[in-house]
Amino acid sequence: MMDYEKILTKTVQGIAPSGIRKFFDVVATMPDAISLGVGEPDFVTPWSIREAGIYSLEKGRTHYTANAGLLELREEICAYTQRKYGISYDPKSEVLVTVGGSEAIDLAIRCLINAGDEVIIPEPCFVCYKPCTVMAGGVPVTIETKEEDGFRLLPGQLKNAITDKTKLLILPFPNNPTGGIMSKSDLQAIAEVLKGTDIMVLSDEIYGELIYDGDGHTPFSAIDGMRERTIVINGFSKAFAMTGWRLGYALGPSPIIKSMTKVHQYCIMSSPTTSQFAAIEALRSCDDDVERMRQEYNYRRRFIVDGFRNMGLSCFEPLGAFYAFPCIKSLGMTSEDFATSLLKEEKVAVVPGNAFGESGEGFIRCSYAYSIDNIEEALSRISRFVEKHK
Amino acid sequence: MTNDILNILDNAKTPLSNEKIANMLGKDEAEVAKIIKGLEKDNVIVGYKTLINWEKTDRDLVTSIIELRISPQRGEGFDKVAEKIYKYPQVKSLFLMSGSYDLCVVIEGQSMKDVALFVASKLAPMDNVLSTSTSFVLKKYKDDGLVFYNNEEDTRQVITL
Repeated sequence: MMDYEKILTKTVQGIAPSGIRKFFDVVATMPDAISLGVGEPDFVTPWSIREAGIYSLEKGRTHYTANAGLLELREEICAYTQRKYGISYDPKSEVLVTVGGSEAIDLAIRCLINAGDEVIIPEPCFVCYKPCTVMAGGVPVTIETKEEDGFRLLPGQLKNAITDKTKLLILPFPNNPTGGIMSKSDLQAIAEVLKGTDIMVLSDEIYGELIYDGDGHTPFSAIDGMRERTIVINGFSKAFAMTGWRLGYALGPSPIIKSMTKVHQYCIMSSPTTSQFAAIEALRSCDDDVERMRQEYNYRRRFIVDGFRNMGLSCFEPLGAFYAFPCIKSLGMTSEDFATSLLKEEKVAVVPGNAFGESGEGFIRCSYAYSIDNIEEALSRISRFVEKHK
Repeated sequence: MTNDILNILDNAKTPLSNEKIANMLGKDEAEVAKIIKGLEKDNVIVGYKTLINWEKTDRDLVTSIIELRISPQRGEGFDKVAEKIYKYPQVKSLFLMSGSYDLCVVIEGQSMKDVALFVASKLAPMDNVLSTSTSFVLKKYKDDGLVFYNNEEDTRQVITL
Protein backbone atom coordinates (compact mmCIF):
# COMPACT_ATOMS: atom_id res chain seq x y z
CA MET A 1 0.00 0.00 0.00
CA MET A 2 1.28 3.42 -0.91
CA ASP A 3 1.30 5.84 1.99
CA TYR A 4 0.04 8.90 0.17
CA GLU A 5 0.47 11.08 3.18
CA LYS A 6 4.19 10.56 2.80
CA ILE A 7 4.03 11.01 -0.94
CA LEU A 8 2.08 14.27 -1.12
CA THR A 9 4.06 17.37 -0.22
CA LYS A 10 3.71 18.82 3.25
CA THR A 11 2.72 22.13 1.71
CA VAL A 12 -0.19 20.70 -0.19
CA GLN A 13 -1.33 18.67 2.79
CA GLY A 14 -1.10 21.79 4.91
CA ILE A 15 -3.70 23.55 2.80
CA ALA A 16 -7.06 23.07 4.47
CA PRO A 17 -9.77 21.69 2.23
CA SER A 18 -12.74 23.98 1.85
CA GLY A 19 -14.50 24.01 5.22
CA ILE A 20 -17.91 23.80 3.63
CA ARG A 21 -17.25 20.73 1.52
CA LYS A 22 -19.83 18.74 3.48
CA PHE A 23 -22.37 21.47 2.90
CA PHE A 24 -21.68 21.38 -0.85
CA ASP A 25 -22.26 17.64 -0.86
CA VAL A 26 -25.66 18.02 0.80
CA VAL A 27 -26.72 20.72 -1.66
CA ALA A 28 -25.70 18.53 -4.55
CA THR A 29 -28.21 15.87 -3.45
CA MET A 30 -31.09 18.36 -3.43
CA PRO A 31 -31.93 19.22 -7.02
CA ASP A 32 -35.10 21.06 -5.97
CA ALA A 33 -33.28 23.46 -3.66
CA ILE A 34 -33.23 27.14 -4.62
CA SER A 35 -29.66 28.31 -4.65
CA LEU A 36 -28.29 31.77 -3.97
CA GLY A 37 -24.87 30.19 -3.83
CA VAL A 38 -23.48 30.71 -7.29
CA GLY A 39 -20.48 32.96 -7.89
CA GLU A 40 -21.09 33.55 -11.57
CA PRO A 41 -23.55 35.46 -13.78
CA ASP A 42 -26.86 33.83 -14.64
CA PHE A 43 -26.67 35.47 -18.07
CA VAL A 44 -25.38 33.38 -20.91
CA THR A 45 -22.47 34.96 -22.80
CA PRO A 46 -23.88 37.58 -25.24
CA TRP A 47 -24.53 35.98 -28.61
CA SER A 48 -22.14 38.15 -30.62
CA ILE A 49 -19.29 36.92 -28.39
CA ARG A 50 -20.32 33.29 -28.73
CA GLU A 51 -20.67 33.77 -32.47
CA ALA A 52 -17.16 35.21 -32.71
CA GLY A 53 -15.81 32.10 -30.96
CA ILE A 54 -17.73 29.84 -33.35
CA TYR A 55 -16.48 31.83 -36.36
CA SER A 56 -12.88 31.42 -35.22
CA LEU A 57 -13.43 27.65 -35.12
CA GLU A 58 -14.94 27.71 -38.61
CA LYS A 59 -11.86 29.53 -39.82
CA GLY A 60 -9.69 26.82 -38.32
CA ARG A 61 -8.13 29.00 -35.64
CA THR A 62 -7.44 25.98 -33.46
CA HIS A 63 -3.72 26.40 -32.77
CA TYR A 64 -1.65 27.78 -29.92
CA THR A 65 -1.37 31.54 -29.80
CA ALA A 66 1.61 33.59 -28.67
CA ASN A 67 2.40 32.74 -25.02
CA ALA A 68 1.21 36.11 -23.80
CA GLY A 69 -1.99 35.84 -25.88
CA LEU A 70 -3.02 37.02 -29.35
CA LEU A 71 -1.44 40.40 -29.95
CA GLU A 72 -4.76 41.58 -31.36
CA LEU A 73 -6.44 40.72 -28.05
CA ARG A 74 -3.71 42.37 -25.99
CA GLU A 75 -4.13 45.49 -28.10
CA GLU A 76 -7.87 45.43 -27.46
CA ILE A 77 -7.30 44.97 -23.72
CA CYS A 78 -5.03 48.02 -23.68
CA ALA A 79 -7.44 50.05 -25.80
CA TYR A 80 -10.29 49.09 -23.45
CA THR A 81 -8.28 50.01 -20.33
CA GLN A 82 -7.35 53.33 -21.90
CA ARG A 83 -10.90 54.06 -23.04
CA LYS A 84 -12.54 53.09 -19.73
CA TYR A 85 -10.00 54.21 -17.18
CA GLY A 86 -7.53 56.42 -19.00
CA ILE A 87 -4.49 54.30 -18.16
CA SER A 88 -2.15 53.20 -20.92
CA TYR A 89 -0.36 49.86 -21.06
CA ASP A 90 1.92 48.54 -23.77
CA PRO A 91 0.26 45.56 -25.50
CA LYS A 92 3.64 44.02 -26.32
CA SER A 93 5.19 44.01 -22.86
CA GLU A 94 2.69 44.89 -20.15
CA VAL A 95 -0.20 42.46 -20.70
CA LEU A 96 -0.53 38.73 -20.18
CA VAL A 97 -3.66 36.80 -21.16
CA THR A 98 -4.31 34.02 -18.65
CA VAL A 99 -6.66 31.13 -17.94
CA GLY A 100 -9.12 33.15 -15.88
CA GLY A 101 -8.15 35.78 -13.36
CA SER A 102 -7.23 32.93 -11.03
CA GLU A 103 -4.19 31.90 -13.04
CA ALA A 104 -2.98 35.49 -13.12
CA ILE A 105 -3.29 35.68 -9.32
CA ASP A 106 -1.31 32.47 -8.88
CA LEU A 107 1.39 33.60 -11.33
CA ALA A 108 1.77 37.01 -9.74
CA ILE A 109 2.15 35.54 -6.26
CA ARG A 110 4.60 32.90 -7.46
CA CYS A 111 6.70 35.50 -9.23
CA LEU A 112 6.85 37.84 -6.26
CA ILE A 113 7.01 35.70 -3.14
CA ASN A 114 10.17 34.23 -1.66
CA ALA A 115 9.95 31.83 1.27
CA GLY A 116 8.95 33.75 4.37
CA ASP A 117 7.66 36.85 2.57
CA GLU A 118 4.46 38.21 4.03
CA VAL A 119 1.34 38.81 1.95
CA ILE A 120 -1.32 41.08 3.40
CA ILE A 121 -4.83 39.86 2.63
CA PRO A 122 -7.95 41.80 3.65
CA GLU A 123 -10.72 39.37 4.62
CA PRO A 124 -13.47 38.34 4.02
CA CYS A 125 -12.32 37.73 0.47
CA PHE A 126 -12.24 35.25 -2.37
CA VAL A 127 -10.69 31.98 -1.33
CA CYS A 128 -7.57 31.64 -3.48
CA TYR A 129 -5.13 34.23 -2.14
CA LYS A 130 -4.20 32.35 1.02
CA PRO A 131 -3.51 28.93 -0.53
CA CYS A 132 -1.62 30.54 -3.43
CA THR A 133 0.54 32.39 -0.91
CA VAL A 134 1.19 29.24 1.09
CA MET A 135 2.00 27.25 -2.04
CA ALA A 136 4.58 29.88 -2.93
CA GLY A 137 6.15 29.58 0.54
CA GLY A 138 4.79 32.94 1.68
CA VAL A 139 3.08 33.84 4.91
CA PRO A 140 -0.50 35.17 4.71
CA VAL A 141 -1.22 38.08 7.04
CA THR A 142 -4.94 38.77 7.17
CA ILE A 143 -6.69 42.02 8.02
CA GLU A 144 -10.33 41.96 9.02
CA THR A 145 -12.42 44.47 7.10
CA LYS A 146 -15.52 45.47 9.04
CA GLU A 147 -19.13 46.00 8.14
CA GLU A 148 -19.15 49.39 9.89
CA ASP A 149 -16.23 50.48 7.67
CA GLY A 150 -18.10 49.40 4.53
CA PHE A 151 -15.83 46.34 4.37
CA ARG A 152 -13.08 48.66 3.13
CA LEU A 153 -9.41 48.34 3.93
CA LEU A 154 -8.47 51.30 6.12
CA PRO A 155 -5.03 52.90 5.84
CA GLY A 156 -4.46 52.55 9.60
CA GLN A 157 -5.14 48.82 9.46
CA LEU A 158 -2.67 48.46 6.61
CA LYS A 159 -0.01 50.46 8.41
CA ASN A 160 -0.31 48.22 11.47
CA ALA A 161 0.03 45.07 9.40
CA ILE A 162 3.17 46.09 7.55
CA THR A 163 6.46 44.55 8.76
CA ASP A 164 9.99 44.26 7.32
CA LYS A 165 8.84 41.08 5.62
CA THR A 166 5.79 42.50 3.88
CA LYS A 167 6.16 41.92 0.17
CA LEU A 168 2.70 42.09 -1.31
CA LEU A 169 -0.69 43.60 -0.59
CA ILE A 170 -3.77 42.00 -2.09
CA LEU A 171 -6.55 44.46 -2.92
CA PRO A 172 -9.66 42.37 -3.62
CA PHE A 173 -12.11 45.12 -4.57
CA PRO A 174 -14.94 45.19 -5.61
CA ASN A 175 -15.13 42.41 -3.09
CA ASN A 176 -16.50 38.90 -3.24
CA PRO A 177 -18.28 38.12 -0.84
CA THR A 178 -19.05 41.48 0.81
CA GLY A 179 -19.77 43.71 -2.19
CA GLY A 180 -17.54 46.34 -0.61
CA ILE A 181 -15.66 48.72 -2.89
CA MET A 182 -12.80 51.19 -2.51
CA SER A 183 -13.44 54.67 -3.85
CA LYS A 184 -10.70 56.70 -5.47
CA SER A 185 -10.04 58.56 -2.24
CA ASP A 186 -9.97 55.30 -0.26
CA LEU A 187 -7.33 54.03 -2.67
CA GLN A 188 -5.38 57.29 -2.42
CA ALA A 189 -5.21 56.84 1.34
CA ILE A 190 -3.84 53.30 0.85
CA ALA A 191 -1.33 54.66 -1.65
CA GLU A 192 -0.08 57.15 0.94
CA VAL A 193 0.81 54.26 3.25
CA LEU A 194 2.63 52.41 0.49
CA LYS A 195 4.66 55.33 -0.82
CA GLY A 196 8.32 54.99 0.07
CA THR A 197 8.08 51.21 0.55
CA ASP A 198 8.85 48.40 -1.91
CA ILE A 199 5.55 46.69 -1.22
CA MET A 200 3.86 45.43 -4.37
CA VAL A 201 0.11 45.42 -4.90
CA LEU A 202 -2.00 42.77 -6.55
CA SER A 203 -5.28 44.48 -7.32
CA ASP A 204 -7.91 41.90 -8.20
CA GLU A 205 -10.43 43.94 -10.16
CA ILE A 206 -12.40 41.12 -11.75
CA TYR A 207 -15.66 42.79 -10.63
CA GLY A 208 -14.49 46.27 -11.64
CA GLU A 209 -17.15 46.66 -14.33
CA LEU A 210 -19.92 45.80 -11.85
CA ILE A 211 -20.11 48.87 -9.63
CA TYR A 212 -23.35 50.54 -8.63
CA ASP A 213 -22.42 53.94 -7.31
CA GLY A 214 -22.10 56.92 -9.56
CA ASP A 215 -18.32 57.31 -9.56
CA GLY A 216 -17.54 53.93 -11.09
CA HIS A 217 -14.38 51.93 -10.69
CA THR A 218 -10.83 53.20 -10.27
CA PRO A 219 -8.02 50.74 -10.98
CA PHE A 220 -5.31 50.96 -8.33
CA SER A 221 -2.70 51.62 -11.02
CA ALA A 222 -4.55 54.84 -11.85
CA ILE A 223 -3.61 56.26 -8.45
CA ASP A 224 -0.70 58.63 -8.62
CA GLY A 225 2.61 56.79 -8.22
CA MET A 226 1.07 53.31 -7.93
CA ARG A 227 1.41 52.05 -11.50
CA GLU A 228 5.00 50.87 -10.99
CA ARG A 229 4.05 48.66 -8.03
CA THR A 230 0.68 47.35 -9.19
CA ILE A 231 -0.43 44.24 -10.99
CA VAL A 232 -4.04 44.67 -12.06
CA ILE A 233 -5.99 41.44 -12.49
CA ASN A 234 -9.10 41.53 -14.63
CA GLY A 235 -10.91 39.19 -16.96
CA PHE A 236 -13.98 38.33 -18.94
CA SER A 237 -15.86 36.05 -16.54
CA LYS A 238 -17.99 38.49 -14.61
CA ALA A 239 -18.56 41.58 -16.76
CA PHE A 240 -19.07 39.68 -20.00
CA ALA A 241 -20.66 36.57 -18.43
CA MET A 242 -17.86 34.37 -19.78
CA THR A 243 -16.92 32.21 -16.77
CA GLY A 244 -16.71 28.96 -18.72
CA TRP A 245 -14.39 30.43 -21.34
CA ARG A 246 -11.68 30.70 -18.67
CA LEU A 247 -10.05 33.92 -19.73
CA GLY A 248 -8.47 36.68 -17.70
CA TYR A 249 -5.48 38.97 -17.87
CA ALA A 250 -2.84 40.76 -15.88
CA LEU A 251 -1.59 44.30 -16.50
CA GLY A 252 1.63 45.44 -14.92
CA PRO A 253 5.21 46.66 -15.23
CA SER A 254 7.02 44.83 -18.02
CA PRO A 255 9.67 42.99 -15.92
CA ILE A 256 6.90 41.42 -13.87
CA ILE A 257 4.66 40.57 -16.80
CA LYS A 258 7.71 39.11 -18.52
CA SER A 259 8.37 36.79 -15.56
CA MET A 260 4.72 35.82 -15.25
CA THR A 261 4.70 35.05 -18.98
CA LYS A 262 7.70 32.79 -18.45
CA VAL A 263 5.87 30.69 -15.84
CA HIS A 264 2.65 30.79 -17.90
CA GLN A 265 4.62 29.49 -20.90
CA TYR A 266 5.80 26.43 -18.96
CA CYS A 267 2.52 25.67 -17.20
CA ILE A 268 -0.13 26.61 -19.73
CA MET A 269 1.60 27.45 -23.03
CA SER A 270 -1.15 29.80 -24.14
CA SER A 271 -4.71 30.54 -23.08
CA PRO A 272 -7.55 28.89 -25.01
CA THR A 273 -7.54 30.22 -28.57
CA THR A 274 -11.30 30.15 -29.14
CA SER A 275 -11.83 32.12 -25.96
CA GLN A 276 -9.30 34.70 -27.04
CA PHE A 277 -11.07 35.33 -30.33
CA ALA A 278 -14.39 35.60 -28.51
CA ALA A 279 -12.82 38.06 -26.05
CA ILE A 280 -11.73 40.39 -28.86
CA GLU A 281 -15.39 40.74 -29.85
CA ALA A 282 -16.36 41.26 -26.20
CA LEU A 283 -14.01 44.22 -25.79
CA ARG A 284 -14.75 45.69 -29.19
CA SER A 285 -18.49 45.76 -29.28
CA CYS A 286 -20.21 44.65 -26.10
CA ASP A 287 -20.26 47.73 -23.87
CA ASP A 288 -24.05 47.82 -24.22
CA ASP A 289 -24.39 44.19 -23.12
CA VAL A 290 -22.24 44.84 -20.05
CA GLU A 291 -24.33 47.90 -19.18
CA ARG A 292 -27.58 45.98 -19.66
CA MET A 293 -26.42 43.25 -17.29
CA ARG A 294 -25.07 45.75 -14.76
CA GLN A 295 -28.41 47.54 -14.78
CA GLU A 296 -30.22 44.27 -14.21
CA TYR A 297 -27.92 43.33 -11.30
CA ASN A 298 -28.51 46.75 -9.83
CA TYR A 299 -32.30 46.20 -9.75
CA ARG A 300 -31.83 42.83 -8.11
CA ARG A 301 -29.28 44.24 -5.67
CA ARG A 302 -31.73 46.78 -4.30
CA PHE A 303 -34.45 44.18 -4.21
CA ILE A 304 -32.48 41.63 -2.22
CA VAL A 305 -30.96 44.12 0.23
CA ASP A 306 -34.40 45.53 0.87
CA GLY A 307 -35.69 42.01 1.42
CA PHE A 308 -33.09 41.20 4.07
CA ARG A 309 -33.63 44.48 5.89
CA ASN A 310 -37.37 43.93 5.90
CA MET A 311 -36.89 40.65 7.74
CA GLY A 312 -34.93 42.48 10.40
CA LEU A 313 -31.43 41.42 9.37
CA SER A 314 -28.72 44.02 9.16
CA CYS A 315 -27.51 44.08 5.57
CA PHE A 316 -24.62 46.18 4.35
CA GLU A 317 -25.39 47.89 1.05
CA PRO A 318 -23.09 46.22 -1.46
CA LEU A 319 -21.79 48.64 -4.09
CA GLY A 320 -20.01 46.17 -6.35
CA ALA A 321 -19.98 42.57 -7.62
CA PHE A 322 -23.25 40.58 -7.30
CA TYR A 323 -23.45 39.47 -3.68
CA ALA A 324 -25.36 40.58 -0.62
CA PHE A 325 -23.70 39.80 2.72
CA PRO A 326 -26.36 40.02 5.43
CA CYS A 327 -25.42 39.63 9.07
CA ILE A 328 -27.13 36.77 10.92
CA LYS A 329 -25.51 37.29 14.34
CA SER A 330 -28.83 38.40 15.83
CA LEU A 331 -30.12 34.83 15.47
CA GLY A 332 -27.38 33.42 17.67
CA MET A 333 -26.29 30.82 15.14
CA THR A 334 -22.98 30.28 13.41
CA SER A 335 -22.90 30.90 9.67
CA GLU A 336 -22.60 27.20 8.99
CA ASP A 337 -25.49 26.29 11.29
CA PHE A 338 -27.61 28.93 9.61
CA ALA A 339 -26.76 27.69 6.12
CA THR A 340 -27.23 24.03 7.02
CA SER A 341 -30.55 24.55 8.81
CA LEU A 342 -31.84 26.87 6.10
CA LEU A 343 -31.08 24.27 3.50
CA LYS A 344 -32.72 21.53 5.51
CA GLU A 345 -35.81 23.45 6.56
CA GLU A 346 -36.47 25.70 3.57
CA LYS A 347 -34.32 24.25 0.80
CA VAL A 348 -32.43 27.43 0.10
CA ALA A 349 -28.67 27.26 -0.41
CA VAL A 350 -26.49 30.19 0.66
CA VAL A 351 -22.77 30.24 1.42
CA PRO A 352 -21.69 30.63 5.06
CA GLY A 353 -19.55 33.75 5.44
CA ASN A 354 -16.70 31.93 7.16
CA ALA A 355 -15.92 30.23 3.84
CA PHE A 356 -14.27 33.56 3.00
CA GLY A 357 -12.15 33.82 6.12
CA GLU A 358 -12.83 33.76 9.84
CA SER A 359 -13.98 37.36 9.77
CA GLY A 360 -16.89 36.27 7.56
CA GLU A 361 -18.35 34.40 10.54
CA GLY A 362 -21.78 35.74 11.40
CA PHE A 363 -22.60 36.54 7.79
CA ILE A 364 -23.97 34.65 4.81
CA ARG A 365 -23.21 35.30 1.16
CA CYS A 366 -26.23 35.47 -1.09
CA SER A 367 -25.65 35.90 -4.78
CA TYR A 368 -28.15 37.98 -6.70
CA ALA A 369 -27.09 36.59 -10.06
CA TYR A 370 -30.59 35.15 -10.33
CA SER A 371 -33.91 36.24 -11.76
CA ILE A 372 -36.05 38.51 -9.59
CA ASP A 373 -38.64 35.72 -9.29
CA ASN A 374 -36.01 33.32 -7.99
CA ILE A 375 -34.72 35.90 -5.51
CA GLU A 376 -38.24 36.71 -4.38
CA GLU A 377 -39.02 33.07 -3.67
CA ALA A 378 -35.71 32.58 -1.84
CA LEU A 379 -36.30 35.70 0.24
CA SER A 380 -39.76 34.57 1.28
CA ARG A 381 -38.35 31.23 2.43
CA ILE A 382 -35.44 32.85 4.28
CA SER A 383 -37.86 35.26 5.90
CA ARG A 384 -39.98 32.36 7.17
CA PHE A 385 -36.82 30.71 8.50
CA VAL A 386 -35.62 33.87 10.25
CA GLU A 387 -39.04 34.42 11.79
CA LYS A 388 -39.03 30.88 13.17
CA HIS A 389 -35.58 31.15 14.72
CA LYS A 390 -35.74 34.69 16.10
CA MET B 1 -36.46 57.30 -12.64
CA THR B 2 -39.17 57.30 -15.33
CA ASN B 3 -36.78 55.69 -17.79
CA ASP B 4 -35.78 53.10 -15.18
CA ILE B 5 -39.40 52.19 -14.61
CA LEU B 6 -40.07 51.90 -18.33
CA ASN B 7 -36.93 49.84 -18.76
CA ILE B 8 -38.00 47.43 -16.01
CA LEU B 9 -41.53 47.10 -17.40
CA ASP B 10 -40.26 46.70 -20.95
CA ASN B 11 -38.01 43.80 -19.98
CA ALA B 12 -40.28 42.13 -17.43
CA LYS B 13 -41.19 38.59 -18.29
CA THR B 14 -43.76 38.34 -15.51
CA PRO B 15 -46.20 40.93 -14.16
CA LEU B 16 -44.55 43.20 -11.60
CA SER B 17 -46.26 44.89 -8.69
CA ASN B 18 -45.52 48.53 -7.98
CA GLU B 19 -43.99 47.43 -4.69
CA LYS B 20 -41.54 45.17 -6.47
CA ILE B 21 -40.57 47.88 -8.94
CA ALA B 22 -40.10 50.31 -6.06
CA ASN B 23 -37.83 47.81 -4.30
CA MET B 24 -35.79 47.26 -7.45
CA LEU B 25 -35.21 51.00 -7.70
CA GLY B 26 -34.83 51.72 -4.01
CA LYS B 27 -37.75 54.17 -4.22
CA ASP B 28 -41.04 54.72 -2.49
CA GLU B 29 -43.94 52.59 -3.73
CA ALA B 30 -46.39 55.50 -3.79
CA GLU B 31 -43.99 57.53 -5.91
CA VAL B 32 -43.58 54.67 -8.40
CA ALA B 33 -47.36 54.15 -8.54
CA LYS B 34 -47.86 57.83 -9.28
CA ILE B 35 -45.33 57.87 -12.11
CA ILE B 36 -46.84 54.74 -13.65
CA LYS B 37 -50.35 56.20 -13.45
CA GLY B 38 -49.06 59.31 -15.20
CA LEU B 39 -47.39 57.26 -17.92
CA GLU B 40 -50.59 55.30 -18.47
CA LYS B 41 -52.62 58.48 -18.64
CA ASP B 42 -50.25 60.05 -21.17
CA ASN B 43 -50.39 56.86 -23.23
CA VAL B 44 -46.63 56.41 -22.88
CA ILE B 45 -47.54 53.06 -21.42
CA VAL B 46 -50.09 52.01 -24.03
CA GLY B 47 -51.08 48.76 -22.38
CA TYR B 48 -49.98 45.45 -20.88
CA LYS B 49 -50.12 42.33 -23.02
CA THR B 50 -49.36 38.67 -22.51
CA LEU B 51 -47.27 36.92 -25.14
CA ILE B 52 -48.78 33.52 -25.88
CA ASN B 53 -47.37 30.69 -27.91
CA TRP B 54 -50.65 29.58 -29.50
CA GLU B 55 -48.93 26.70 -31.18
CA LYS B 56 -48.88 24.97 -27.84
CA THR B 57 -52.65 25.27 -27.50
CA ASP B 58 -55.49 23.73 -29.47
CA ARG B 59 -56.55 27.08 -30.87
CA ASP B 60 -56.04 27.44 -34.61
CA LEU B 61 -54.34 30.70 -35.40
CA VAL B 62 -52.75 31.98 -38.56
CA THR B 63 -50.62 35.11 -38.65
CA SER B 64 -49.89 36.90 -41.89
CA ILE B 65 -47.98 39.95 -42.92
CA ILE B 66 -49.52 42.03 -45.68
CA GLU B 67 -47.58 44.63 -47.57
CA LEU B 68 -49.81 47.41 -48.85
CA ARG B 69 -48.99 50.05 -51.39
CA ILE B 70 -51.14 53.12 -50.87
CA SER B 71 -51.73 56.39 -52.64
CA PRO B 72 -51.65 58.98 -49.88
CA GLN B 73 -54.58 61.36 -49.54
CA ARG B 74 -54.21 65.06 -49.94
CA GLY B 75 -53.89 66.74 -46.57
CA GLU B 76 -54.11 63.44 -44.71
CA GLY B 77 -51.09 61.50 -45.91
CA PHE B 78 -51.37 57.88 -44.85
CA ASP B 79 -53.04 58.46 -41.50
CA LYS B 80 -56.65 58.34 -42.70
CA VAL B 81 -56.15 55.06 -44.56
CA ALA B 82 -54.20 53.66 -41.66
CA GLU B 83 -57.04 54.48 -39.29
CA LYS B 84 -59.55 52.73 -41.52
CA ILE B 85 -57.36 49.66 -41.44
CA TYR B 86 -56.37 49.47 -37.79
CA LYS B 87 -59.95 49.69 -36.62
CA TYR B 88 -60.50 46.10 -37.75
CA PRO B 89 -59.97 43.80 -34.76
CA GLN B 90 -58.26 41.28 -37.03
CA VAL B 91 -55.39 43.76 -37.48
CA LYS B 92 -52.82 42.93 -34.84
CA SER B 93 -50.24 45.52 -35.81
CA LEU B 94 -49.90 48.25 -38.37
CA PHE B 95 -46.75 50.11 -39.34
CA LEU B 96 -45.99 52.84 -41.85
CA MET B 97 -42.85 51.76 -43.70
CA SER B 98 -40.06 53.24 -45.72
CA GLY B 99 -39.04 51.32 -48.83
CA SER B 100 -40.94 49.59 -51.59
CA TYR B 101 -44.33 49.51 -49.89
CA ASP B 102 -46.18 51.78 -47.47
CA LEU B 103 -48.13 49.92 -44.82
CA CYS B 104 -47.22 46.69 -43.11
CA VAL B 105 -50.34 45.00 -41.72
CA VAL B 106 -50.13 42.06 -39.37
CA ILE B 107 -53.33 40.05 -39.40
CA GLU B 108 -54.45 37.16 -37.26
CA GLY B 109 -57.19 34.77 -38.31
CA GLN B 110 -58.37 31.22 -37.77
CA SER B 111 -57.26 29.96 -41.16
CA MET B 112 -55.43 31.05 -44.28
CA LYS B 113 -58.80 31.31 -45.99
CA ASP B 114 -59.99 33.58 -43.23
CA VAL B 115 -57.08 35.92 -43.76
CA ALA B 116 -57.26 35.78 -47.55
CA LEU B 117 -60.95 36.65 -47.44
CA PHE B 118 -60.27 39.58 -45.17
CA VAL B 119 -57.64 40.92 -47.55
CA ALA B 120 -59.81 40.38 -50.60
CA SER B 121 -63.01 41.80 -49.12
CA LYS B 122 -61.73 44.55 -46.83
CA LEU B 123 -58.22 45.72 -47.68
CA ALA B 124 -57.85 45.33 -51.44
CA PRO B 125 -61.04 47.19 -52.37
CA MET B 126 -60.19 50.28 -50.34
CA ASP B 127 -59.99 53.41 -52.44
CA ASN B 128 -56.37 54.23 -51.83
CA VAL B 129 -54.94 50.74 -51.79
CA LEU B 130 -52.92 50.19 -54.96
CA SER B 131 -51.72 46.64 -54.26
CA THR B 132 -51.48 43.96 -51.58
CA SER B 133 -48.95 41.19 -51.04
CA THR B 134 -49.75 38.59 -48.41
CA SER B 135 -47.21 36.32 -46.66
CA PHE B 136 -48.09 33.77 -43.99
CA VAL B 137 -46.04 33.19 -40.87
CA LEU B 138 -45.08 29.51 -40.68
CA LYS B 139 -43.32 29.50 -37.33
CA LYS B 140 -42.61 32.05 -34.64
CA TYR B 141 -39.12 31.75 -33.20
CA LYS B 142 -39.00 35.01 -31.33
CA ASP B 143 -41.54 37.75 -30.83
CA ASP B 144 -41.27 41.04 -28.98
CA GLY B 145 -37.89 40.11 -27.55
CA LEU B 146 -38.95 36.73 -26.21
CA VAL B 147 -37.75 33.42 -27.60
CA PHE B 148 -40.53 30.84 -28.09
CA TYR B 149 -38.45 27.69 -27.86
CA ASN B 150 -35.64 28.50 -25.46
CA ASN B 151 -33.26 25.65 -24.82
CA GLU B 152 -30.77 27.58 -22.72
CA GLU B 153 -31.33 26.37 -19.18
CA ASP B 154 -29.44 27.31 -16.05
CA THR B 155 -26.62 24.77 -16.06
CA ARG B 156 -24.52 26.42 -13.36
CA GLN B 157 -23.07 24.45 -10.47
CA VAL B 158 -25.30 24.90 -7.44
CA ILE B 159 -22.56 26.53 -5.40
CA THR B 160 -19.36 28.20 -6.54
CA LEU B 161 -17.21 30.58 -4.53
